[in-house]
Amino acid sequence: MPTQQIAGVAVEVNDEGFFVDAEQWTEEMATPLAEQWGVPVPLTDKHWQVLRFMRSEYFEKGTGPTVRKLGKTSGVTVKELYQLFPKGPAKLAAGCAGIPKPRGCV
Amino acid sequence: MTAVAKKLVILGGGTGGTLAANRLRKAYDAADLQIDVIDQDNDHVYQPGLLFVPFGLATADEITRPRQRQLHRGINYHQSGIRSVDIEADRVVLGDGMVIAYDVLLVATGSVLQPNETEGMNGPGWLDTVFTFYDVQGATALAAKLDDFESGRLVINIVDMPIKCPVAPLEFAFLADWYFTEKGVRDDVTITYVTPLDGAFTKPTAAAALSSLLNEKNIELVTEFNTGEVDGDAQKLIGYDETEIEFDLAVVIPLHGGSPYVEDSPGLGDELGFIPTDNATLQSLVKPNIFVLGDAADVPASKAGSVTHFEGDVLVENIESFLADRPLEAAFDGHANCFIETGFSKALLIDFNYETEPLGGHYPGPVGLPLLKESRLNHLGKLMFQSFYWHGLLPGRDIPGIGAGMPTAGKHTAATAD
Repeated sequence: MPTQQIAGVAVEVNDEGFFVDAEQWTEEMATPLAEQWGVPVPLTDKHWQVLRFMRSEYFEKGTGPTVRKLGKTSGVTVKELYQLFPKGPAKLAAGCAGIPKPRGCV
Repeated sequence: MTAVAKKLVILGGGTGGTLAANRLRKAYDAADLQIDVIDQDNDHVYQPGLLFVPFGLATADEITRPRQRQLHRGINYHQSGIRSVDIEADRVVLGDGMVIAYDVLLVATGSVLQPNETEGMNGPGWLDTVFTFYDVQGATALAAKLDDFESGRLVINIVDMPIKCPVAPLEFAFLADWYFTEKGVRDDVTITYVTPLDGAFTKPTAAAALSSLLNEKNIELVTEFNTGEVDGDAQKLIGYDETEIEFDLAVVIPLHGGSPYVEDSPGLGDELGFIPTDNATLQSLVKPNIFVLGDAADVPASKAGSVTHFEGDVLVENIESFLADRPLEAAFDGHANCFIETGFSKALLIDFNYETEPLGGHYPGPVGLPLLKESRLNHLGKLMFQSFYWHGLLPGRDIPGIGAGMPTAGKHTAATAD
């Protein structure tokens, strides 16, 4: 597994750049991660609402939610999610929140 | 033996509900287990056949049979909608208000199409310029449309996962290429495949093989497109990032969710109406006496008939264990096996599970059907499967040499790749 320096800390990430261990994440890492994933900074309160929701879902259920689940449960609509995290809200928010890539559907 | 029969209620008389009912009927005397199956209609559709309907290769009648006739003697069939399940009281409320109590519940109500969850999808243009082939009505209407369609832009669009049979939209694209070639108008039709995924398919090795096949057939691939709106009047798909894709004919795969009664059954399902289910045992995570088979489960396997079929073995064994108060030992590995029709009487075959992505080689052993490679043999396999479905799979007969677990003998794993 490669390691990467984020906010001055060596973090283990997978080939796609997702955290291997969500416990290694700290709030200071969110902005540098956002820059890395192409999420517009500075992060707004809405961004943070999503990031916190992603982490709590991950720790409760073992996987981050998909966009549809985020739209139904996070209090942020799907449309807004795409404004906050253009391209792919679930993937980009997982990247910024330091959790593994949400378990894709096959 | 118990003095009073235990009651098993099965919600859904499709692939999963039918095969489970038949297998369990064989395993238990009626004096020990009463089996009731509930479904809202009496039309059992062989869903893989829907792919062929738009191209005039099958009709709705040919792929539909009565649900009740697929169930063995000694199974009670109720044709009724389902209002809700009371998981605390172990009972089901039917559409007409009738209440059925159970000792064990099997949820096998699959998934439903939700075109109304995407802005504009079933608005102006629906069944005129915008179609789906994922239900009988849509597939039949699309057949008439394709018959008239001689030139223009055909766009095939998956809104979001999960969907039933994730390879079917690709098969539709391949068959459209064949269909318009046969009609002599292929040069006048552009075919574009628009997916929210970052490749042609979810699994990397198969995605690479399938995207080169799209390329060979001159089908344009647009990835990471997130459909926010379908505008049937202006004839365009509009992404959440406001990019637009114009079409003359859109074939869309709407969002999928669980059956509507799940939402009215407190504690039973998740946000999308699927049932939280143990990936291995197929016991629900909501209550021990509730099991889940097929598309209704939230397990990370394809929503496909082959998965339901392979789950069947595990499910039946675990329901037997549950009824006997034994630990649930049978474990499902996520095995899926899909023929991918590629047109011109050829097909690919892919075989995979939770852990192993689709690989090249042969199935089920070194001598067998070629994997990840176009062949006529696979096409014949796909065609023959319909007969096996009605006469083998649903009645609960096994295919000789084909077990529930994923085989590895004939596959090119990292160590054996050529």
